[in-house]
Amino acid sequence: MAYVAVKGGERAIGNAHAWLEETRRGDPSLPALSVAQIEAQMGLAVDRVMAEGACHDRGLAALAIKQAQGDLIEAAFLLRAYRTTLPRFGHALPLETGAMRIRRRVSATYKDLPGGQVLGPTYDYTHRLLDFALAAEGAPPPPPAPQAEAPQEHAPHVTELLAREGLMAREAEARGEPADLTRAPLAFPASRAARLQNLARGDEGFLLGLGYSTQRGYGNSHPFVGEIRQGSVTVCLMPPELGFEIEIGEIDVTECQMVNQFHGSKAEPPQFTRGYGLALGRGERKAMAMALVDRALMAGDLGEERTAPAQDEEFVLLHSDNVEATGFVEHLKLPHYVDFQSELEVVRRMRATAEAALRAIAEPAREEEVAE
Amino acid sequence: MPEPAPTPPPNAAPETAARQRWMAVLARTGLAALEARLAGAPPLPPHTRLRGPETGLVMLRGRAGGDGGPFNLSEMTVTRCAVRLADGTVGHAYVAGRDKAQAELAALLDAALQDPAQRPALMAAVIEPLAEAQAGAAAAESRKAAATRVQFFTMATMR
Repeated sequence: MAYVAVKGGERAIGNAHAWLEETRRGDPSLPALSVAQIEAQMGLAVDRVMAEGACHDRGLAALAIKQAQGDLIEAAFLLRAYRTTLPRFGHALPLETGAMRIRRRVSATYKDLPGGQVLGPTYDYTHRLLDFALAAEGAPPPPPAPQAEAPQEHAPHVTELLAREGLMAREAEARGEPADLTRAPLAFPASRAARLQNLARGDEGFLLGLGYSTQRGYGNSHPFVGEIRQGSVTVCLMPPELGFEIEIGEIDVTECQMVNQFHGSKAEPPQFTRGYGLALGRGERKAMAMALVDRALMAGDLGEERTAPAQDEEFVLLHSDNVEATGFVEHLKLPHYVDFQSELEVVRRMRATAEAALRAIAEPAREEEVAE
Repeated sequence: MPEPAPTPPPNAAPETAARQRWMAVLARTGLAALEARLAGAPPLPPHTRLRGPETGLVMLRGRAGGDGGPFNLSEMTVTRCAVRLADGTVGHAYVAGRDKAQAELAALLDAALQDPAQRPALMAAVIEPLAEAQAGAAAAESRKAAATRVQFFTMATMR
């Protein structure tokens, strides 16, 4: 029986894949989307797939989106699977976000600050009205955006301005190599480096919900956006065969520094603390949510009471990864015939026992027989 | 706090600094643009491949809080290549992405540029125009950013 079932399954799977491919392509009378079009015109989806797939490659992320019919979690899964086929050449030097070529930079804590408030290509201040002009075919491309006379000046980190006054806790010096979740599984308590790596590749929706919960009272944080910056940073590498640092390209990142009040402890004076978010591409919502959750997870280190889900390191870090979560949730649809058969047996036996007990109550005269 | 690092990065003897600069320019140049520049350049010397071109991953790192200890952010695809010229000069390239032809040409140019005899012509025909185009594109984008800078004092000055 089992043998026959496997053969039938093979044909069904083959046919299902053929239909999936036809469905993915959609109406063949319409032109197919090119990967280059997805890369250029669905840039924020590409950014999200790279971040959650934990692999920076715009072309691969665009291909994954095409293959997954726009299911971004499936696309991130495809990217994660692909990366396992490649060797690791090493690690880059830490990105210097302070030296970012800025495209957008806003602060909610200071109106006037060095470098200014730079809005960049943002959806903020749009009215969220559907633009039916975009539905028209063959519309000419929009004109190039206006350019100022002088280029944008360098903008120092807002947190640095506070730290210089002694009002912002400095980041602790790190010792040794940072944890790498692609090489070693999470261990608890997790290091700050492991937490940040986990959050950086975590699901945007999960982190958004958790971050939101901290604002609504589950975790008592009072954050300000010290700064959000978005733009290009240079990737530098030190290949051992060269013995000097080289630039291997530029990538876009979004960084968020949340500034939170801290009332002080026995060891620390009252000052501001920061939650940190860093996301590949233009992942502003992701970077903000990450910063909120990063700060919430510091509760233990700062001697704050841990009462909310967002402050629970194991809860957050073990459930943030959408590829892992998808795997475990979706495995439920795989055959569990034998497991379920045994559950059926158990439920039937329990029912028989319960029914017998009921009969015994209804017919006290036969109690001795049931007990036997 | 680190100030914006103008290319090339620090720690370099003049010879190394020059090499860092052309490697940085080549890493930012796609194959089509590179081939277009090479069409008007002296021919490149013959070479043999020492390693690759091969695509792999480099782990990107951020800093906690933007200026603290490093953490692993995400991997990134990178293609590398090493080539040797007939005189034994070795050229290297590490470039973001998966373009093997770009990495091999970049490694070959790195080797050829190390030869003082070939360098001036190649710098003039390939590296300098590419560097200028890259700086121009960066400046244009930076001016677009500056155009979206909020001028809070506009009302006060409109008397």
